[in-house]
Amino acid sequence: MQADQPTMDHGVETTPLDIARIRREFPILRRKVHGKPLVYLDNAATTQRPHDVVEGIARYSFRDNANVHRGVHELSQTATAHYEGVREKVRDFVGAEKTEEIVYVRGTTEAINLVAASYGGRHLNEGDEVLVTQLEHHSNIVPWQLICESRGAKLVAAPINDDGEVILDEFERLIGPKTKIVAFSHISNALGTINPVERMTEIAKSRGAVVLVDGAQATAHTKVDVRKIGCDFYTVSAHKMYGPMGIGALYGRKELLDAMPPYQGGGDMIRMVSFEKTLYSSVPHKFEAGTPNVEGVVGLGSAIDFITSLGLDRMAEHEHDLLAYATEVIGGRPEVRIVGTAREKASILSFLIDGVHPHDIGTILDGEGIAIRAGHHCAQPVMDRFGVPATIRASFAVYNTREEVDALARGLDKVMEIFG
Amino acid sequence: MSELRELYQELVLDHGKHPRNFHGMEDADRQSVGYNPLCGDKLTLYLKLEGDTVKDVSFQGAGCAISTASASLLTETLKGRTRAEVDQVIREFIHMLTEGSPDDDVEHLGKLVVFQGVREFPVRVKCATLAWRTLEAALHGQDEPVTTE
Repeated sequence: MQADQPTMDHGVETTPLDIARIRREFPILRRKVHGKPLVYLDNAATTQRPHDVVEGIARYSFRDNANVHRGVHELSQTATAHYEGVREKVRDFVGAEKTEEIVYVRGTTEAINLVAASYGGRHLNEGDEVLVTQLEHHSNIVPWQLICESRGAKLVAAPINDDGEVILDEFERLIGPKTKIVAFSHISNALGTINPVERMTEIAKSRGAVVLVDGAQATAHTKVDVRKIGCDFYTVSAHKMYGPMGIGALYGRKELLDAMPPYQGGGDMIRMVSFEKTLYSSVPHKFEAGTPNVEGVVGLGSAIDFITSLGLDRMAEHEHDLLAYATEVIGGRPEVRIVGTAREKASILSFLIDGVHPHDIGTILDGEGIAIRAGHHCAQPVMDRFGVPATIRASFAVYNTREEVDALARGLDKVMEIFG
Repeated sequence: MSELRELYQELVLDHGKHPRNFHGMEDADRQSVGYNPLCGDKLTLYLKLEGDTVKDVSFQGAGCAISTASASLLTETLKGRTRAEVDQVIREFIHMLTEGSPDDDVEHLGKLVVFQGVREFPVRVKCATLAWRTLEAALHGQDEPVTTE
């Protein structure tokens, strides 16, 4: 929607975003690749970082760097204030009730591994089941496989339909008395499907399962409210939302986190250590062994500020416009078949071209300066479901434009010129 | 664009689209599976030996134009060659794509020279060498699937 007139909605101004101005905040978007202007459409893999995020990290490193929770000196206190201040920011960003419910992790992969090892390790017994869906990224499959194997539990996958949507009846049917944990993505990284997470959580919770929602793809595209969703765990990845790599957060309901054993041992997660017995810190620090990635946390804080300043509603509106335009322009081409046609979709367009392998398309588009992902997107079960080894995936962020969709279309002309 | 044309030459496009010897082989003496976990390309290579000589070679699988064309041209190249000759072609082919320089004399590789341009696309080298690594495994009797990673 390229609305010409600013409109008022519930007293909030909904002027469309000034995309040209936003793009200026991302220096990487000015660079060239193979002599052509970069067209970056691989945002589901990682988003680019604005000035404020990079400068925030630099400022912290140049001015305030020290280890946290350790020193009485000024710098350590400042670093700790940064570290704990962002925790509060994350709490607000995902709508958690308590700040202690936010645990810093390396990313969503570590968050899921933490829950699988710590919660799963304690609560899964022989014959129990963990339910995921066929849509999941490998990071929401393999940690569960590992813990199921060691506990004698079984991993079950709920099927998806031809549009790439979880079949809710089947999902419901597969949650039985043995199902202890249900884990699913908020938004599919391979197809863009937005899952009805509130409904799915309600179904799982009503049957007594604990629910983890993988938010890797969601937090830059839709407002997350963990209490509204009702889930027990929710995972956040900074680098998929304009922040740095190697940092993320796990939201966990306090009662659950309190009762869970530590995931890793080390400094900062203890209250008192002797060779006879160690007393652990309370949450969240119980789960944050060792010197943390403080500059990453600072970057995560700046990324949240960036998103908040633009407004997720306006970002979603712009990205939805791009998806609709791309679906028409790219999906309308006779040689293109879109994979993933869910009614509710985030700004991801996965597609195939008859008779041309995605990797060859990726190479030709790269020659045009266009970065897309060609492959199985770490979601091989999704590819198997559609009977393809790989797809081409264009994924859009707030700084992308309709002109870039046109560039992608011209890139596909090149593909057809060579392969047609 | 010229580098791309170099990569996707007519011969590559032709063999990518219409691979030769593209079938299974029930009476194969050796077979081996090659897999590229990064892109999901997977192929099975079949060999029939007569004494020291490759009597027949075929392949099956799914892959990009580069890996399919490379496997296809491999099968055309190797029929009738001795094992020692095959080993040498494998070595020279992989060398051309990895360590070689554009000025090397590779004419003796015949049609396989068409893949010299792949060297300019480092992420695609694995596509071009997959069939050859798999062939190596088939010849030398490795049972484990070959993977590019």
